[in-house]
Amino acid sequence: MWRDALLVAGKDLRIELRSRVALWQVLPVAVLSLVLYAFALGPARHTLAAAAPGLFWLAVLFSTVLATQRSFAIESGEGTRDGLRVSGIDPAGVFLGKAAAVAAELAVLQVVLWAAMTLLFGVHIHTAWLAIVASFLATIGLATAGTLYGALSAGLRVRETLLPLLVLPVLAPVLLAASRAWSGALTGPVSSGESWLRILGPFAAVYLVVGIVLYGPLLETA
Amino acid sequence: MSTSEKTVTVVRRPRWLRVVGALALVSTAATVWLGLWVTPPDAVQKNLVRLVYLHPPIAWVALYLAFGLSALASLLYLWRRTRSMFWDRLAASSVEVGVVFNALTLATGMIWGRPTWGVWWTWDARLTSTALLLVLFLGYLALRRVPVDPEVRARRCAVAALIAFVDVPIVHFSVIWWQTLHQGATVLNANLSPTIHGSMAWTLLLGFIALTLVFVWMVGVRYQIEVLADRTGAERLEVSLAERWAEGDLDSSTAGGNGHANGANGSPVRSPTRVGQ
Amino acid sequence: MDPVVLLRGAVALTGRFPALSGVDLSVAAGEVVSVVGANGAGKTTLLRVCAGLVPVSSGEAIVLGVDLRADPSAVRRRVGLLGHAPSLYDELTAAENVRFALRAAGLGADRATPALERVGITGRLAKTVAGGLSAGQRRRVALSVLVARAPELWLLDEPHAGLDAGARNLLSDLVTEAVRSGASVMFSSHESEVAAAMSDRRVTMSGGRVADVTSGGRRAKLAAVGEGGSHVA
Repeated sequence: MWRDALLVAGKDLRIELRSRVALWQVLPVAVLSLVLYAFALGPARHTLAAAAPGLFWLAVLFSTVLATQRSFAIESGEGTRDGLRVSGIDPAGVFLGKAAAVAAELAVLQVVLWAAMTLLFGVHIHTAWLAIVASFLATIGLATAGTLYGALSAGLRVRETLLPLLVLPVLAPVLLAASRAWSGALTGPVSSGESWLRILGPFAAVYLVVGIVLYGPLLETA
Repeated sequence: MSTSEKTVTVVRRPRWLRVVGALALVSTAATVWLGLWVTPPDAVQKNLVRLVYLHPPIAWVALYLAFGLSALASLLYLWRRTRSMFWDRLAASSVEVGVVFNALTLATGMIWGRPTWGVWWTWDARLTSTALLLVLFLGYLALRRVPVDPEVRARRCAVAALIAFVDVPIVHFSVIWWQTLHQGATVLNANLSPTIHGSMAWTLLLGFIALTLVFVWMVGVRYQIEVLADRTGAERLEVSLAERWAEGDLDSSTAGGNGHANGANGSPVRSPTRVGQ
Repeated sequence: MDPVVLLRGAVALTGRFPALSGVDLSVAAGEVVSVVGANGAGKTTLLRVCAGLVPVSSGEAIVLGVDLRADPSAVRRRVGLLGHAPSLYDELTAAENVRFALRAAGLGADRATPALERVGITGRLAKTVAGGLSAGQRRRVALSVLVARAPELWLLDEPHAGLDAGARNLLSDLVTEAVRSGASVMFSSHESEVAAAMSDRRVTMSGGRVADVTSGGRRAKLAAVGEGGSHVA
């Protein structure tokens, strides 16, 4: 399972490194959305600073949808979808591999977004460990749940419109918890931010386990 | 498919379902009578309190019964030893009725909230998580509408129901914390909560029973519709199979000389077996 | 010996359309069966059913001794499918694609180079990304995956389409080698003459069913050049 996961993750990341779709399409859209949020909220620094954690995670959330769609677009190329299914890879390995690749892309995206946010909104992280732990757990949660729903809608003609409807309500708790945790890390109080890790942790764990168990039956239906 | 030779099938609902339907009707009528005429108005909320006989039972059906049942049925479908289309149909019927009750929960909640809190919507924990749940299961219904082989759909939807269901407690707790940590005390504070006693308690209990019966009846009826839809699907499949065979006959007649030559070392060309049943 | 493929009244749906409307077919071990028929006759679906990719919604389907209605995934890793569109990742090189397929199947990646050489993809071509190869070269790369994996059942969807004479000879050699090593082959084709010449039996499909079965000329051809064909149970 782990060997297969590594294989699939390596393949997906290598394809991303060559095609640069996430880098040149998903990332600019995420940064652009920060600018658009500022347009919507007005230029007042204190408004933007207060809204910053939420806007940051909203941008990450929508990027997750894009990254997941891209991750399954790779497999829906002429014939490749069958290829993965006849390849003999353990479905749990496919799940872990694809989720890991999406997580890696999201991690890079968050670093860039954080830099952009610091520049544009003038906010700074005070409690780095809290922000990092929250990001880590949230990223696992987003990537695993996103990959599950990506597989669920993969190969359907309506996937572009169906995926957001399916995945966004599921990811809502991550948006909520990660925003509040980052709010704690940015402006404090740290203790209220910390308590949100108790949502992010279980979410990541639950979808990791559910994905490993249910990906097999799901791949059957693709 | 020719429409001229439609046959009308009269489907009689099973006896138990008619009994449940009758019981649901009677108990609902009794709840309405007790709720509107027999029970007293509340000291604080006056007549508004009568929503208590309706709103919590609807919410119970929507949030616990319907989605719990659909998760259980989906699990039993996915488990190889209990796999049968029965569970798939049950899960689908349960979600569909559940979504209706969920919408009703929101509607009655808002109708109650407007005069009590002065607003239609408040970011109350229960309201918010109920709304999220509604969207979560609307996604399930959307997935169900994608036309595929029935077994493929059943499996895909069972997975979808389960991964949505595990989200329910997480949504619930996150929204409660979000609300309590950032908006102070809950809006449903003590002096607005009705005190329940005597005839009110009995009416509320009856309300729970009545709406549970309504739910069971609706799921039963919906299940039957699902059976009929599957039967129509099977009939439609037979029609398209017949069309497909006709297509083949046309091919071989126009191909000329390509008819039914020797089968050499092959299996004889068999007449197709009927599909379904 | 049990047949490698045994279908009885197999119905398979694509969406709600019965692409296969009741197929009866058996393929013996070591046999080469060609499938011909008009567009939409169900050739591709037949091969995909045998690969365990399309579920059989009614009828009987046993491939390599595995009941497809019970566990199609057990069949998938044992068959080799060359899809109408080869399953290659455009951004990966030919060699990377083959190595990925081999590692996925739990085989050593060192088989990739000889397999690619066998199909004539060497040197610079092996290092070219699949998206930059011609259709014929892509088909060769996809074939090399089958060569390296040596599956028990080869399922080739329109393998001749768009191939030049050299590639056709290569394909025919590969099929012969596969059969000699004990595999069975099913391939679809638009050209019924080519199909008949390259197979032991030619199955004509129409309307999602088997309309006709004729014996092919492969064995005769082999006998003529002094090679013994494998035995059919």
